[in-house]
Amino acid sequence: MTFDYAPAPESRAVVDIAPSYGLFVDGEFAPASDGKVFKTVSPSSEEVLSEVAQASGDDVDRAVKAARKAFEKWSALPGAERAKYLFRIARIIQERSRELAVLESLDNGKPIRESRDADLPLVAAHFFYYAGWADKLDHAGYGPNPRPLGVAGQVIPWNFPLLMLAWKIAPALATGNTVVLKPAETTPLSALFFADICRQAGLPKGVVNILTGDGSTGAALVAHPDVNKVAFTGSTEVGKAIARTVAGTDKKVTLELGGKAANIVFDDAPIDQAVEGIVNGIFFNQGHVCCAGSRLLVQESVQDELLDALKRRMQTLRVGDPLDKNTDIGAINSAEQLARITALADAGEAEGAERWAPACELPTAGYWFAPTLFTGVTQAHRIAREEIFGPVLSVLTFRTPEEAVAKANNTPYGLSAGIWTEKGSRILWMANKLRAGVIWSNTFNKFDPASPFGGYKESGYGREGGRHGLEAYLNV
Amino acid sequence: MSDRLSVLKTYKLYVGGKFPRSESGRVYEVTDAKGNWLANAPLASRKDARDAVVAARKAFGGWSGATAYNRGQILYRIAEMLEGQRDQFVAEVADAEGLSKAKAAAQVDAAIDRWVWYAGWSDKIAQIAGGANPVAGPYFNLSSPEPTGVVAVLAPQESSFLGLVSVIAPVIVSGNTVVVVASRNAPLPALSLAEVLATSDLPGGVVNLLSGRTAEIAAPLAAHQDVNALDLAGADADLAKELETAAADNLKRVVRPGAADWSADPGTERLLAFLETKTVWHPMGV
Repeated sequence: MTFDYAPAPESRAVVDIAPSYGLFVDGEFAPASDGKVFKTVSPSSEEVLSEVAQASGDDVDRAVKAARKAFEKWSALPGAERAKYLFRIARIIQERSRELAVLESLDNGKPIRESRDADLPLVAAHFFYYAGWADKLDHAGYGPNPRPLGVAGQVIPWNFPLLMLAWKIAPALATGNTVVLKPAETTPLSALFFADICRQAGLPKGVVNILTGDGSTGAALVAHPDVNKVAFTGSTEVGKAIARTVAGTDKKVTLELGGKAANIVFDDAPIDQAVEGIVNGIFFNQGHVCCAGSRLLVQESVQDELLDALKRRMQTLRVGDPLDKNTDIGAINSAEQLARITALADAGEAEGAERWAPACELPTAGYWFAPTLFTGVTQAHRIAREEIFGPVLSVLTFRTPEEAVAKANNTPYGLSAGIWTEKGSRILWMANKLRAGVIWSNTFNKFDPASPFGGYKESGYGREGGRHGLEAYLNV
Repeated sequence: MSDRLSVLKTYKLYVGGKFPRSESGRVYEVTDAKGNWLANAPLASRKDARDAVVAARKAFGGWSGATAYNRGQILYRIAEMLEGQRDQFVAEVADAEGLSKAKAAAQVDAAIDRWVWYAGWSDKIAQIAGGANPVAGPYFNLSSPEPTGVVAVLAPQESSFLGLVSVIAPVIVSGNTVVVVASRNAPLPALSLAEVLATSDLPGGVVNLLSGRTAEIAAPLAAHQDVNALDLAGADADLAKELETAAADNLKRVVRPGAADWSADPGTERLLAFLETKTVWHPMGV
């Protein structure tokens, strides 16, 4: 006898979404200067959630001016006082975390289980962590009295809208900078709710400004001559464009870009734990994760055993309503992203890799992609080289540790990697050889505000999180 | 019959631990500050630049894998060797920069001391720039700095020796390998430094030295897909912008040119600029 899951939906009544939102500049919400708006939809139902302003170049200018004006007082504030604002924000986020989790799942499509249990606790933790740095900057190892840079222009992606906001805003404010932040076009709502949290916390006007808009808004912000610091998380392609934009200027830049992480499983690995790690590595957040373990490198001798266990596990994954607490995999964030994932998966098949997905019924409305596995993948295949940013895992094999290292490093990216083996000396040897910024051994996709995160090579430069994350916002 | 005719030196490039002429067969005239002929320096080509990158990449595994203690010993050995050839470098720097003997000597002394200073950093930088991260969970979590890879360095144009040493030493002490473009007008101290490096137990390819037109050699280095970082100390503003734009193509780490007083305490800026931070997680439990 089998028991099926009954629906366990989280109530969406906890969040009030207004029919339209303006831009948050100098402490006030106002429409775009040219009145342009765009709609944000729920990717699981294609329901229009709200209409938000499309910031123009003039709006960018206005926001940067507001941030510049606020910078003088904010940077002169004693660190202990700035810290208290950040602690207040952290507390309000905790108080409103249920509301924010539901909002995030609605606007992004991610399962409520993840927004509630991963995103929101980490968001609050980031503000707590950096709050404590605000009055200790002299001790951060960047010399006595390190100074803020000024106005930070920050552009964040749609995969973790509120978490990326926290990664950007918390260290910027702690170090005394002011902020103009542009959330992604498809997920603007949680940043606008954050503006309300700034209001509740009594944050001085102009310290945080939120501009909604598309890539053109982001480009205008990055290029603005009065922006001193650019922080971007997103695609490598856009990251390169930003690096070109800031060339020859004195803007400080940090870039958190794409990845094509290898998750390496040795024959002595605990198979059940490894399977959980592989699933978490690639199917967490629908695979919309820059550090996702999208290339599984498995030692040839355990390939069959591992793949059997992995397929068995994948059959238990529940795809569907993001607000259902039993859902493991939610909706793909947008029609464009779904098209890209579909095209790359089709290329995998066309190039001769073998495609497998568990039987699962996908909802008719919204954007969906079943968790997918490719075997017989070679290093030349597009699915082994290009970032898919979706729930698609490519399986490659190796025989020796040296071969695993060579294959893992055979990519222009270098963000993360995973190692699964019971042998400690091998873990340390591998971790040493892998050219990636974050190495998870016998675990995967773990994040913490105290832990630096960022990539080698074309995965970008700079680190976010931890003491290292302060450097990006200080004149050092 | 009393005056002895001196033996002139043929200056050569330093690539992969060897001293080749430029593959292009070109040279250019190097003069002292008054315009008197000093030597013909090799006019390196784009191909020389690419060869140097290949040599630097080949040397990276061994050099970055050497122990910090060993790298420190070798940097200190460079200082020892330089001390022994101090007079030669004082004369070359005096010629190159039009300095008095005393001022040139001060530059050379400071450069030697700088090797000693950086030598001491080799086994300390990981302790300063890395550390344990107290994450909220049962995990061992440690961050350590690692060299970023092959670094292309445009040496300062004016400070032919102290400036040169100030941009090479911080790059290699942490395990990077380097392709250096010497000062356009004053390359001889750099080319002579190569002879010191070659006899200081420094593995071939760790430092590669090119002389010639800065812009001509820098362009292929900035565009090179196997170069990981770029130090623009010796570039003017226009060239720097052009090179930084090219460097965006594979997201090279870039150190922009700045008003540099090479005699001042260098701090750790250039040391940290060419490091990556690697963070390793492992579960803890019984």
